[in-house]
This record gives sequence, C-alpha cells and structure tokens, in this order.
Amino acid sequence: MKSMSVIVRTITRLVYGFLLVFGLYVIAHGHLTPGGGFQGGAIVASGLALSLVAFGLSNLKGRVREGFLSAMESLGAISFISLALVGLGSTFFYNTLAGRGGLVFGERVLKGPNPGDMNTAGLIAPMNWAVGIKVLAGLGTVVYLMVLVGSLRDENEEETTGEGE
Amino acid sequence: MKRRKVLFLFSFLVVTAFFFSMAAAIHPFGEPYISDMGRFLLEEAQLEADANNIVTAVVFDYRGFDTLGEATVLFTAVLAIAALFRRLAE
Repeated sequence: MKSMSVIVRTITRLVYGFLLVFGLYVIAHGHLTPGGGFQGGAIVASGLALSLVAFGLSNLKGRVREGFLSAMESLGAISFISLALVGLGSTFFYNTLAGRGGLVFGERVLKGPNPGDMNTAGLIAPMNWAVGIKVLAGLGTVVYLMVLVGSLRDENEEETTGEGE
Repeated sequence: MKRRKVLFLFSFLVVTAFFFSMAAAIHPFGEPYISDMGRFLLEEAQLEADANNIVTAVVFDYRGFDTLGEATVLFTAVLAIAALFRRLAE
C-alpha cells in the first residue's frame, strides 16, 4: 500500500500524537470517567491504523513490528488473568485491593457525586491497563496484517506488469 | 411458484404485524425501567466497589467473567485473521 496524499499525511502527523495521548488517558482514567480499557485501546489502535494507512507500510518499516504487537497482546491477556487470580482468596475476579486504604488504588470513595480520586477502585485500574494494552495490540495486529497483505499485493502487481516504481 | 408467493406474502404480513405491535407496546421514552438489580447497583456499587465509574465497576468487578470472555473473543478474532492473512502474505 502506497502512502496517501500530502494533505492526509500532514493531518495524520498533526493528529497522531493527540490520538495516542487521548487513548492512553481514557485507559488510565477508566475507573473515573466514561470509557475504559476497551474504548481507550480502540482509540490508540485507530491512531495506529491511521498512520499505517496514511504513510503506507514501506515508510514505517521498523517502527511498527508484528512481533512486538503480538507480545503486547499476550502480555495484556496474561496480566488480566493474573490480576483476576489475585482475588482467588475469596473468588475469581474478587477486588482485593479496593477500600484497603493502601497506596495502590486503595482509597475509599465518598458516597454520591464527587470529583473522583485516581487512587481508588482497587484492581479495576490495573485491569483497565491490561485490557487496554491487549485491545490496542490486537486491533493493531489486525490492521498491520491487512496493510501488509495489501502492500505485498501491490509489489507483486508491479513486478508482473513491469511498470516499475 | 404462486404458492411460494402466497407463503412469502403471509410471512411478510405476520412479521410486519409483529413489529408494529411491538413498536406500539414499546416502553415510553424518558421513563426508564429500573429493576431491583439496577437499583442495587445505582445505590450500593459506588461504595461496594470503591469506584466512581459504576459502568467500569460492573464490567471489571461484578461481571469480570464477561470481560474475560470478550477478551477471548478478540484474541480468537486476531488469531483467525493472523492465520488467514499470513497465508495470503506468503
């Protein structure tokens, strides 16, 4: 897949960083604001897809690697399940950290509307990170593989028709 | 042929009547139906799960298994696409 026009590439350069930061924000604040791991991961993956489609795979060679994305997805899945196993003292998925008063997301929540505190919600926040990493790596792998096949097709067509570059 | 048309018309009318009756019996807009479970979550979940965002508390705490299943579905989808496109890429 070749890169798209100058307009698309310029806008992508402009928007890409904002997309990544916004997606990571949605993941990090999943226990306070609308959104969470799935949604934030999808936003980050859409940024990845935008850059892949706008610049083409050949111009991004080495920056987006499939092995890294697969490793990230496995890491997210394994950490999600191990975070669920943390609560196995009572039940699977039991939130052991919530309300313990500890430093790690253990602060109590006030009843009713309140501004919110990052240091609450126990295991929910780390689980958001695990699912977010898993979703962004999974969707990134899907887009990467599709773009890879498209670019290989383009190369083959150029070789067979003999048009050159 | 004619018989098939009659059958089609009959089923079409039945489905349309069903949809219209359902649309007439739909719950009025702006009057949410709150079940006992919903009331419990609205009133208790904030303190019980220690999370301001009750939706996330439900997704990751009360129904963690559901999220695990969703993650498995996504993993399976990525696996299938990888298997398919890797073969195409070679």
